[in-house]
Amino acid sequence: MADEATRKTVSEIPLLKTNSGPRDKELWVQRLREEYLALIKYVENNKAADNDWFRLESNKEGTRWFGKCWYIHELLKYEFDMEFDIPVTYPATAPEVAIPELDGKTAKMYRGGKICLTDHFKPLWARNVPKFGLAHLMALGLGPWLAVEIPDLISKGIIQHKEQQSS
Amino acid sequence: MATVEELKLRVRELENELIKCKQRRSSEEQNQPRGRIERMSAEVVDSNPYSRLMALKRMGIVEDYEKIRSFTVAVVGVGGVGSVTAEMLTRCGIGKLLLFDYDKVELANMNRLFFQPHQAGLSKVEAAEHTLRNINPDVVFETHNYNITTMDNFTHFMERVSNGGLEEGKPVDLVLSCVDNFEARMAINTACNELGQIWMESGVSENAVSGHIQLIIPGETACFACAPPLVVAANIDEKTLKKDGVCAASLPTTMGVVAGILVQNVLKHLLGFGTVSFYLGYNAMLDFFPTMTMKANPQCDDKHCRRQQEEFKKKEAERPKQEVVQEEEEIVHEENEWGIELVSEVTEAELQAASGPKPDLPEGITVAYTIPEKDEGASSGQTVEETDQSLEELMAQMRKM
Repeated sequence: MADEATRKTVSEIPLLKTNSGPRDKELWVQRLREEYLALIKYVENNKAADNDWFRLESNKEGTRWFGKCWYIHELLKYEFDMEFDIPVTYPATAPEVAIPELDGKTAKMYRGGKICLTDHFKPLWARNVPKFGLAHLMALGLGPWLAVEIPDLISKGIIQHKEQQSS
Repeated sequence: MATVEELKLRVRELENELIKCKQRRSSEEQNQPRGRIERMSAEVVDSNPYSRLMALKRMGIVEDYEKIRSFTVAVVGVGGVGSVTAEMLTRCGIGKLLLFDYDKVELANMNRLFFQPHQAGLSKVEAAEHTLRNINPDVVFETHNYNITTMDNFTHFMERVSNGGLEEGKPVDLVLSCVDNFEARMAINTACNELGQIWMESGVSENAVSGHIQLIIPGETACFACAPPLVVAANIDEKTLKKDGVCAASLPTTMGVVAGILVQNVLKHLLGFGTVSFYLGYNAMLDFFPTMTMKANPQCDDKHCRRQQEEFKKKEAERPKQEVVQEEEEIVHEENEWGIELVSEVTEAELQAASGPKPDLPEGITVAYTIPEKDEGASSGQTVEETDQSLEELMAQMRKM
């Protein structure tokens, strides 16, 4: 399913309790608070482990999320903007994370730069509804994707380090 | 260097060419394929676009074919399956079509049917409407270029399903899911459960060699959330399936077959002929078509599905018991030259070997994945701690990190 390190990381992300989606009004606010609590904890864990790799924020309704993620490769930092909408069926279905600037650069993407997750992700998410939240999506979805795709894209010369590019 | 004379000549040439182009264009515009036809005629003449369809009546297959013009169908997803589905319904003379898709036509779509290279860059719904209107101007079209899974669009989508019928304010007769992802299917499922809207789901596997269609009557048959997604068993060892560097494969053949069986089921359902399939799979590797029916799950996660089930139960109880006269004739194959026989179901042991409980499914159909019953013991891992912080405070804290 996932490697030992990922499993440990995920086990340290607090699980969510409220099963509600963006159409649920008050219960959604409760869910959003839990989402933020879990995300904050996850980022704190990452910082403590010297593995800080993303930031996320949302609009005030919590339906649209955007932020940055970065990947260190051979001591150089590659940073990307990411975004996604919370689908109306959340948390039964996970959001589709997009990195628009990589659209068309890798086959492991759907239109609009939505990352193509592994076969394992959807069953894993489905088995953990509603306990998994956006922090888990980052740890089990985007994180592993970046770890596989970014080094590959760099080695193929498809993406360049931004500072090197400008110099 | 060209002389002034030469340039003048060239200008005249180009002017003439422009005039020719303009003429061709206007003659094309005037040369509309045909005007609208008020009533479907059964007259067998070369100029009647409906003669072969109306012949279905004469042959006793369909009782009242003209009824097709009174129906409205919403097609969600106008890709490989949806576009062909819409074309078939248009050619059959459906009353009204609503098309939903947020994608654009790309050259990468050209391995599939319907769209043409010169349409690249246009929105799929816009390009489809143009082609379809040309094929049959009798059909009323309504197109929406958006993603139905986001909040605002979903509300609008629900509104159109409940009011977008031929007569504004009436619901559509059928919703067809021709989307390519789980999120959109769940969104359609949510909407249809809430509205009590009958719909059909269709799909082609990512490896392009199997597909399925499914009729969902909220409260009566299993909804899309009642069980993990039902898929046609692949008969391909997952380990030998190379997925490196690609997300999805597609074939015009498989998509055409699935669109065909989908619209066939739509016609049978709307016009009342033959047997309507609840689930029909297509395994292209073995040319095998498994079928099944699945009842709604009383423990379904969708509360509107459970509500619809209650209503269905009440309705069933109130309905006077009809003496159903079974007229089923036993099918006797007099010859069986090739020794074809039905294969037995999956053994009990095989089922139990699966990690989670698996619904009882006929051979050839399986679930995409299994879900363990409830939690194995207490949910492993810590849950979020209670806090007095408001959402705004938490948002600010996250932003400061």
